[in-house]
Amino acid sequence: MIWNKEFETMSRKQLTLLQSKRLSSLVRKIYATNPFYKSKMDAAGIKPSRIKDIKDIAALPFITKDEMRTVYPYGLLACPVDNIVEVHTSSGTTGKPVVDAYTKKDIDLWGEVMARTLSMGDTTKSDRVQNAYGYGLFTGGLGVHYGTRKIGAMVIPISGGNTNRQLQIMQDFGSTVLTCTPSYSLYMAEAAKEMGIDFKKLPLKTGLFGAEPWSENMRKEIEETLHIKAIDIYGLTEIIGPGVAAECERQNMLHVFEDHFFPEIIDPKTQEPLPDGEKGELVFTTITKEGTPLIRYRTRDITYLSHEKCGCGRTHVRMHRILGRTDDMLIIRGVNVFPSQIEEVLLRMDGIEPHYQLIVERKGNLDCLEVQVEVNESVFSDEIRGLEVREKKIEHALHEALLISAKVKLVEPKTIARSEGKAKRIIDKRVI
Amino acid sequence: MNIQQISVFLENKPGRLAHVAEVLKNNSINIRALTIADTSDFGILRMIVSNPEQGYEVLKKAGFTVKVNTILAVEIDDREGLFYDLMNLCDKNGLNVEYTYSFVEQSSNKAILFLRIENSDKAIEVFSKNGYKLLTANEAKKI
Repeated sequence: MIWNKEFETMSRKQLTLLQSKRLSSLVRKIYATNPFYKSKMDAAGIKPSRIKDIKDIAALPFITKDEMRTVYPYGLLACPVDNIVEVHTSSGTTGKPVVDAYTKKDIDLWGEVMARTLSMGDTTKSDRVQNAYGYGLFTGGLGVHYGTRKIGAMVIPISGGNTNRQLQIMQDFGSTVLTCTPSYSLYMAEAAKEMGIDFKKLPLKTGLFGAEPWSENMRKEIEETLHIKAIDIYGLTEIIGPGVAAECERQNMLHVFEDHFFPEIIDPKTQEPLPDGEKGELVFTTITKEGTPLIRYRTRDITYLSHEKCGCGRTHVRMHRILGRTDDMLIIRGVNVFPSQIEEVLLRMDGIEPHYQLIVERKGNLDCLEVQVEVNESVFSDEIRGLEVREKKIEHALHEALLISAKVKLVEPKTIARSEGKAKRIIDKRVI
Repeated sequence: MNIQQISVFLENKPGRLAHVAEVLKNNSINIRALTIADTSDFGILRMIVSNPEQGYEVLKKAGFTVKVNTILAVEIDDREGLFYDLMNLCDKNGLNVEYTYSFVEQSSNKAILFLRIENSDKAIEVFSKNGYKLLTANEAKKI
């Protein structure tokens, strides 16, 4: 079902006109209201009057996550703080968090794009949406919440975790739509099997899954075990949260809601735009946001675009599911983890060498992170207890920093490879 | 009265113990007694060797995490019930034994108990007062 026929099936010509109009007014507004953006544009020698067409976007400077951090918390606002009604942030564990500040209109927009997303999974007013994304500063929970409210379906704001309760509520309330990370859905399926729950007998029909990479094989497994249609959704805090792009019922690449979020693919090295079908870094410009609009935000996600017509009737450009990252970010249980965060934690602990290795595995259907740390003589105690206390201490510090639990394993000194150019810090054994 | 024990941090993986033994062998260091404490991830190998100073140096050079620490060595007759007597004495005097292991001297019919006790000064006092023979560092090297 198409939620907003007018915009989602708009002709390319009209869409281009709309994007051009929206981009030029955004650039004018941001230049007048945001000193950070003004100085970026001045440095690049670009006056707002030069941006008339969506094609002119290539002249504008990029913005990176690191730059966003330098103006934390309110430096990216393009409106008075008083107009902000809600804020969300990234986990903020690589330093300062990245802030998304929403005006009333931005929240309406979020509801709109999430209503489109949910509709792609055939969610209607008569559905019951079990929302197992986390509620809080994380955007997943409330994004789905606002979209469900917009459609007028019933939202079950159960948030993440507590699998037994999830399954109980699912049976009692007759949930028809499930939203969570794809790996968590399989974890639930496993628990359900142990509890003797038969998904064929439940009214659950669709799952909208995102926040971590997954594959066609995983989709097949989810669809077979949960007896549902599994839809891939994409979003990121910096842009709006979930609701940036989603698969339609054809399940063939994700439509980008480009009347609001204009995508480009660039070569991450030369920063030159790449044509359809060529893999590169995904870049977004939020052409309608009021609170914290972004111009040419480099997502570090790698994918490609296709303007080919989709059988569903929607005209919006499609992106392939994310194929990788330009940095070393890992997504573990839906949470973004950078090796540098782990390094920072280890450097704060005394007696621990800054040599470490991360081993990520999928055990059952859950991602497990093991951090191997070299012990040195100053911490080595003759007693097991002393070493175990140290392991627990590091585990606790990592949990605080990463927001997910990691197992720490002490290893002998100099057993972790180093000095062979780039150290092999990450061993990702997951087969997704 | 304290004697020197070498502790080595070992990962639980094949070949690590052999490597320790090889290093000691190549340096003609004799192991008199040993014990391993292990968890699922790692173990601590504790040893009494003929030359602890040299043992420490060569193992360190070979890349191991090594520590020398002191424990007590008590000589008792190798007969039933005597270990109980010693433990009972510790208990009566509030001495907490963190770990212990032993070595039997076949020629003299004596046993040597190595003990790590929380309050080792008090232990020395209690043991001596009750007629136990504590080995000196030099004696321990010769066992």
